[in-house]
Amino acid sequence: MATVSDHMTPGIGQVAVDAPLTAADGTPLRKKLAQANRRARLRATLLVAPLLLFVLITFIVPIGQMLVRSFHEPTFSEVLPRTTEALKQWDGADLPDEAVFAAFADDLKDAKENRTIGQVATRVNYAYAGSRSAFTSAARKSTGFEAPYKEALIAADDVWGERDLWAVMKRASKSYTPEFYLAAVDRTTDVDGNIVMVDDFRQIYVKILLRTLYLAGVITGLCLLLGYPVAFLLASLPTRTSNLLMILVLLPFWTSLLVRTTAWIALLQSQGIINDVLVAMWLIDDDSRLQMIYNQTGTIIAMTHILLPFSILPLFSVMKTIPPTYMRAARSLGATPWTAFWKIYVPQTVPGIAAGVLLVFILAVGYYITPALVGGQDGQLISNFIALHMQKTLNWSMAAALGGILLATIMVLYWLFNKIVGIDRLKLG
Amino acid sequence: MTVKMVSFNLRGVMNEGNATRRESPDGHVRFVDVQKSYDGETLVVKNLNLDIARGEFLTMLGPSGSGKTTCLMMLAGFETATHGDILLDGKPINNVPPHKRGIGMVFQNYALFPHMTVAENLAFPLQVRKLGKADVEAKVKRALEMVELPQMGARRPAQLSGGQQQRVAVARALVFEPDLVLMDEPLGALDKQLREQMQYEIKHIHENLGVTVVYVTHDQAEALTMSDRIAVFNDGIIQQLSTPDVLYEKPENSFVAQFIGENNRLNGKVTAVSDGDCRVVLEDGREVNALSVNVGGAGSQTTLSIRPERIEIDPASTLPNMLDGKIAELIYLGDHVRTRLEVAGHDDFVVKLPNTQSRRPLHDGQPVKVGWRTEDCRALDPFGG
Repeated sequence: MATVSDHMTPGIGQVAVDAPLTAADGTPLRKKLAQANRRARLRATLLVAPLLLFVLITFIVPIGQMLVRSFHEPTFSEVLPRTTEALKQWDGADLPDEAVFAAFADDLKDAKENRTIGQVATRVNYAYAGSRSAFTSAARKSTGFEAPYKEALIAADDVWGERDLWAVMKRASKSYTPEFYLAAVDRTTDVDGNIVMVDDFRQIYVKILLRTLYLAGVITGLCLLLGYPVAFLLASLPTRTSNLLMILVLLPFWTSLLVRTTAWIALLQSQGIINDVLVAMWLIDDDSRLQMIYNQTGTIIAMTHILLPFSILPLFSVMKTIPPTYMRAARSLGATPWTAFWKIYVPQTVPGIAAGVLLVFILAVGYYITPALVGGQDGQLISNFIALHMQKTLNWSMAAALGGILLATIMVLYWLFNKIVGIDRLKLG
Repeated sequence: MTVKMVSFNLRGVMNEGNATRRESPDGHVRFVDVQKSYDGETLVVKNLNLDIARGEFLTMLGPSGSGKTTCLMMLAGFETATHGDILLDGKPINNVPPHKRGIGMVFQNYALFPHMTVAENLAFPLQVRKLGKADVEAKVKRALEMVELPQMGARRPAQLSGGQQQRVAVARALVFEPDLVLMDEPLGALDKQLREQMQYEIKHIHENLGVTVVYVTHDQAEALTMSDRIAVFNDGIIQQLSTPDVLYEKPENSFVAQFIGENNRLNGKVTAVSDGDCRVVLEDGREVNALSVNVGGAGSQTTLSIRPERIEIDPASTLPNMLDGKIAELIYLGDHVRTRLEVAGHDDFVVKLPNTQSRRPLHDGQPVKVGWRTEDCRALDPFGG
């Protein structure tokens, strides 16, 4: 080393330390490098820009909008702005004063004109059942109201004399509300603002959420149990045979979901093929046919079948990469076939197991069509209730809150999964 | 590199000298009339008979598809013989599953379990044998010391270099103290220098432990370096089974002569056989004398085999066989000059000239005389026919 530095031109080392290096044309090297890289970066950004835009428009914006909707509900304050303003002054102890009633009467006239009272009526009705007709009739009669408005309104309908209704209205007048999330976990605020459980007969959502998680867990377990041997077979057979079998695995992918589900109805219903065969074989009595569909059993069977490829494919892709010499090595070292399989083969398939489990579970938790068709009463999942609120009750905020809870649940599970298995070990086919 | 002597308390007898062992093999492994077919139409292994003595290092050498690996897999228990018996210590093992044979094996790509550390890999064969924890730890430690990797126990196989993985694989095959170890081209994935170093290490481990090793390779240099005996396989048949020196110097057929080392071939026809020698007329009509090894009577075709280092160019004294030739190419290789000549109608006649002081300058196109002794020229079966 000493000899090398002896032969070095004096000063070279010092120049490198003192002045920044320059490129051949005299610009500082650092700047030149940034210029060269900027062009490459710009080109790369332009290439992915369409996809980025697509993801933004179709994915991030809708989900963000939905999540906002679950706690932002401005109908009341938009339709009844004067009432909203007046209610801010009300302390909530007794009935509101004349000013609030006057503002409300004015708003009602506008609302009648704009035909928007129905929206407010629906909104308040979520929290104060039976109030809907009071709003619509009050709006109808609004042109006839004269001061003092308090007496006039109470004369029109006793309900306007209830402090509780006004308390509910004050809460509804606030655009940002936790109300829908509370409702999604079977809770509500009473008239005094305390969080309480809803009535027993209306407690459904926690039960549905737990049932969804339970059914998704059972379906995931079954998919793994059934998928593992199939994937093992596919990975160990010669390519020709395994390609043929792979088509059988993929066939369900190429058939309409509805057709597959309907096929299960034909098989499982009480006058269906399986029951007919069992009766014909004298295994069961004609009047004690098995109820295998329109309940949880139906949901589990049909969904396991539909989601099975999602557990087979990642398992297969991992198993394909495990050379048979590992098993042979284990055998030659004295392990029985079972020990070799359990101690050497299975641990190496963990990334595939993890990917399959995660895929199937997440898909199952959010499944809609199959439980809707074959689930009956107790085979419904949380998605069916989200759909109910989207399509029937039109309580989109409630649907959004349920969706938000589903999203949060999945993210918690994903986090747990990452803790236990490690997401970097995942192999999704 | 030296290999530490580590006592493994093997039942096997330590190296007791090659001569006695080869003359009276106590038959550690025996193949008796073994045949193997995969498709029921062709035989991959044709009627194999082979005795392997206790403590011997036997190499199965041959080109790919010659049946050598199949033999090894049958011995390990991963393939079943279609016909015949394989005996281990005199007992047939055809129906014994691999895990009950107690044979150590080193695989081509090591097959170290990637989800286990090096120490766990080594402990695996001991744990499946239900050894106590302290015992396992002691044996793993000793095995790591034997292959000079005492600090690597906590690493994963992927964190080791190729040579280190190779050593761990060897240690794992030996840690449960088998008296028979099979190696299936274990050095194939290493670079040349490391491969040569590992050859010596494996050879020394074998000498120290006295285990029987059956080694499969297609690399003849590797086989010559390591083995007590080499079985040259081709086409499902053992072509010749002998010590490295005999195989090189006294090949019994043209395949062995061609496969082991470099070899000049001259085709011709036998005109007379007498007293171990024969006269052969070459394709261009010249006659030469050769050692009659594997030829029929007069009139049969033969291939003459002469090693390149046994040929002299412009010999000082008259040799029994002298032919005219012309230098076609000279390649300087440091310790010797590889000279390609045109002789008797062949232009691939190679002579190795040692780079000594007495070397005379040669140039391309120069006409020379080549000569060799009769005993260096072996008349074998016609090559490729």
